[in-house]
Amino acid sequence: MKRVLFLLPLVLAVVIGGFALWGLSGGRDPAQIPSALISKPVPDVTLPPIEGIATPGLSKADLQGQGLTLVNVFASWCGPCRAEHPILTRMTAEQDLRIVAINYKDKPEAAVAWLEELGNPYELIGSDYSGRGGIEWGVTGVPETFIVSNDGIVLYRFPGPVVGDGQRRFQDALDAARAAE
Amino acid sequence: MIPELGQFALALALMAALVQSLLPIIGATRGDRTWMESAQTTAVVQALLVAFAFGALMHAYIISDFTVLNVVENSHSLKPMLYKVAGTWGNHEGSLLLWVLILALFGAAVAVFASNIPLALKARTLSVQAWISVGFLSFLILTSNPFERVFPPPLDGQDLNPLLQDFGLAIHPPLLYIGYVGFSIVFSFAVAALIEGRVDPAWARWVRPWTLAAWTSLTGGIALGSWWAYYELGWGGWWFWDPVENVSFMPWLAGTALLHSAIVTEKRDTFKAWTILLAILTFSLSLLGTFIVRSGLLTSVHAFAVDPERGVYILGLLAVSILGSLALFAWRAPAMESGGLFAPISREAGLLINNLLIATACATVLFGTLYPLFLEAITNEKISVGPPFFNASFIPITLPLIIVMGIGPHLSWKRADLPGVLARLKWLAVIVLLATLVILWIANGGPLLAVISMGIAVWLIGATLQDWARRAKLFQPGAWARIRRQPRASHGMTMAHLGLGVLMMGAIGSSAWKSDTVAFAEKGTIVPIAGFEIIFEGIEQVRGPNYIAQVASLKVTQDGEYITNLYPERRVYPVAGSTTTESDIRQTLAGDLYVSIAEPASEDAAGLWTLRLIYEPLVNFLWIGSVMLVLGGALSLSDRRLRVGAPRRAVPTNATPAE
Repeated sequence: MKRVLFLLPLVLAVVIGGFALWGLSGGRDPAQIPSALISKPVPDVTLPPIEGIATPGLSKADLQGQGLTLVNVFASWCGPCRAEHPILTRMTAEQDLRIVAINYKDKPEAAVAWLEELGNPYELIGSDYSGRGGIEWGVTGVPETFIVSNDGIVLYRFPGPVVGDGQRRFQDALDAARAAE
Repeated sequence: MIPELGQFALALALMAALVQSLLPIIGATRGDRTWMESAQTTAVVQALLVAFAFGALMHAYIISDFTVLNVVENSHSLKPMLYKVAGTWGNHEGSLLLWVLILALFGAAVAVFASNIPLALKARTLSVQAWISVGFLSFLILTSNPFERVFPPPLDGQDLNPLLQDFGLAIHPPLLYIGYVGFSIVFSFAVAALIEGRVDPAWARWVRPWTLAAWTSLTGGIALGSWWAYYELGWGGWWFWDPVENVSFMPWLAGTALLHSAIVTEKRDTFKAWTILLAILTFSLSLLGTFIVRSGLLTSVHAFAVDPERGVYILGLLAVSILGSLALFAWRAPAMESGGLFAPISREAGLLINNLLIATACATVLFGTLYPLFLEAITNEKISVGPPFFNASFIPITLPLIIVMGIGPHLSWKRADLPGVLARLKWLAVIVLLATLVILWIANGGPLLAVISMGIAVWLIGATLQDWARRAKLFQPGAWARIRRQPRASHGMTMAHLGLGVLMMGAIGSSAWKSDTVAFAEKGTIVPIAGFEIIFEGIEQVRGPNYIAQVASLKVTQDGEYITNLYPERRVYPVAGSTTTESDIRQTLAGDLYVSIAEPASEDAAGLWTLRLIYEPLVNFLWIGSVMLVLGGALSLSDRRLRVGAPRRAVPTNATPAE
C-alpha cells in the first residue's frame, strides 16, 4: 500500500504527459478560439479610406449582395502579413474572389508604401487607425482573414497568416463556404 | 566569425557536459577521487563555454549582424541599444541559451563554493545537473541554433515593433529564469540523494541555501513582472491568472513548501520523502512552465513562436527528467522514511499542515491551468479558465493557511503546548476582531470576504510580531543584544511572514475596493471617482526630443480641497511611427490614483477625449510586501550557518534558534 502511494506522483505525471502529448499532435491550434461572430452579420462599422490612395473605404453595406468576400486584416508593421500577401493575392486572382481589407492600427503613409511595394489586390480598404473597427470585428491580432457570405454573414475566421499548413486549412474552409453558397 | 565561435563553444560545452554527466557519478560509485573531482573542472569549463556563446550572440545583436538569422528576425539597426542587448533573450533561441547559461552557472557555483559538501554527494549532484545540461544543450544545438546564418543578408532587421520595446520585458525574464532554473540544482541534489539512498539533516542543510537563493530570485522575478504589468504596461491590474503567470507561480508555491519541509528534515530528521518529492516537483513545474510557454500548448498573452516539433522535443526531455526522477523516487524513497514520530501538536505538525495546504493550492493552480487542455481532449470543447475559478478555489485554501501561519512559529518542536499558545494569542485575537470591525466600518460595506481576509492579514502580522517580540523578550533589559544574537534565519522568517501579511493587504485592497471608470471629457468636465473629483482642464501640445505629445491637465480635488495636478500624455513618435500612452499616477500609501488619456473618442465626438481613471487602494502594499519577502529570503540566506565557506563560530549558538 505504501509503495502504491509513492508511485502516485509518477502516475499523475504520466497522465498529464499523455494529455500534453495529445495537445501537441494533430495540428491543434489553441489560439483558434471560435469567433463569436460566426453565423452572424458583419459588424456595423464604417471605416474611411486610407489617405493618399484611390481605394475606397469599407462599410457594412459593401459586404452585402456582392458575392463571397474575403476580409483581410493587415498592417504594414506586421511581418506575417508580408508573408501571406502574395499568397492571398494569387489565390484571389486565380479563384476570381473578391477581397477587401481592414488596415489595422497603421499609419496611412506606411500602409500606402507597403501596398505600393507589394501590390494592392483589395477592392476596398477601410483604415482602422484607432483599432475600434478591430474591436467590433473581434480581431485578436494581425493578420486575420474572414470569409463573409453574399448576405453579409461571417462564415469563417482565420487568425494568423494564410501560409503553409494554414493555407490548406483556409482553402478547405473557402471551398466549404463556396459549396454552401 | 564570432557567431561560428559561439556555436563551436556550445558544441564544446555539450562535450564537457557529457563528460560531467558520466565521470563523476561513476567515480562516486567506484570511490575514485580523481574522477569525482573532475566535476569541479568540467562544471566551470561548461559555464565558461556557454557564457562565451551567450556573449557571442549578444555581440551579434549589439553590432546588428544581419548575417545571423536570429538577429534579422528579432532586431533592427534603429532599435535603442538597450533593446538590442535585451533582444538577445527576447526570442526562443536566445532565451533558451540564457536558460542553459543559468543552469551551467548554478552548476559551477556548486562546484566552486559548496566546499562543505561530501565529495561523493557533490559529484553525483553535478552529474545530475549535467544530465539536464546535456538535454537542453542538445535541444539548443539540434533544433534551435541561435547562430544560424542567412545568405544573402538582408539590409535591415524585421523587428521594430514599439510594443515589444519595454524595459520590463528586457529585465524580467533573466530574473525569473534565475529562480526557475535555480531550482535545478535542488532537483539535482534530490536525485543524487535518491541515488545514494540517504537523506539526513545534513543533506537538508546543504540544500537550503540553494533553495533559498532560487526562491528569493523567483519571488523578485514574479513581483517585478507584476509591477511592470501594473505600472508600465498600464493593464490596470497586477495579476491575471494567465497560464504564463501561473506556470511561474506554481514553482514558487512548491518551492515555498519545499523551504518549509526542508526545515523539518533538518531539525527533526523526518518528512524526508516529502522533501525529496517537493524538490523534484518544484523543478518539474519549472520545466512544465518552459514547455507550456514554448510549445503553444495553451493560449496566453505572452508566447514565443509556436513550433510543435520543438514542443515534442521538450516534452521528450520532460518525460525523461520528470518521469525518470519520479520513478527513482517511487523505487528508492519508501526505504528512506524513518517513520519519524511526532506529536499532533508541534512545530512540525504545523509545518505539515502548511505543506498540505500549499500543495493543495499548487495543485489547484495546476488543474485550472491545464483544465482547458483536459476538457478539449475529452469533449473537444474549447474554453479558457479565468480569474473567477482561481479566486473561488485559491482563496479558500490560502485563508486557513494564513491563520495557521500566525500560530505556527509560536509552537515549539517535538511537543507544543497548544492551550498555552492560544492563551498567549487571545489578546491578539481580540485586537484582530476589533480591527476587522474597524475595517468593516471604513470599507462601508464591500465584499464581506475581503473584510474577513483583511482581518486575517492583520492576524498574521500581529502574531508574527508577537512571536518576534517574545523571542527577543523585547520589553526586558538586553533586548538588543538578544536580537543581535539570534540567527538571521529566524529574523528572515519574521520579515518574510510580515511581508506576506503586507502583500495580502495590498492584494485584497486593490482587488476588492478598486474603482475604475472611463469618461469622455472636454474642458471643464468633472469626473468623480473614489471620493476624488477629477477636473479636465484641457490639452496642451508639447514638443519632446523625438516626439510630439498631447498633455492633458487634470486637477484633482477631494471635497473641494485641492490635492494635486496630474498630467497624462499621449505621445506620437513620427519617425518610429508609433503612439504611446504615458499615464500619470498619484501614489500614496492609501492607494494609487491612475489616469490615462486616449485619442479623441471618435470622429463625431470631436473635442472629446477618452479619460480612463482607476483608483487602486493599498496597491503599494503589494510591492512593499514583495520587497519584504525578498529581504526576508536574503536575510535568511546571509545566516552564518548557511554562508558557504564561512568559518563556524567558536561558540555554537544554533541550539534551537527559531524557538
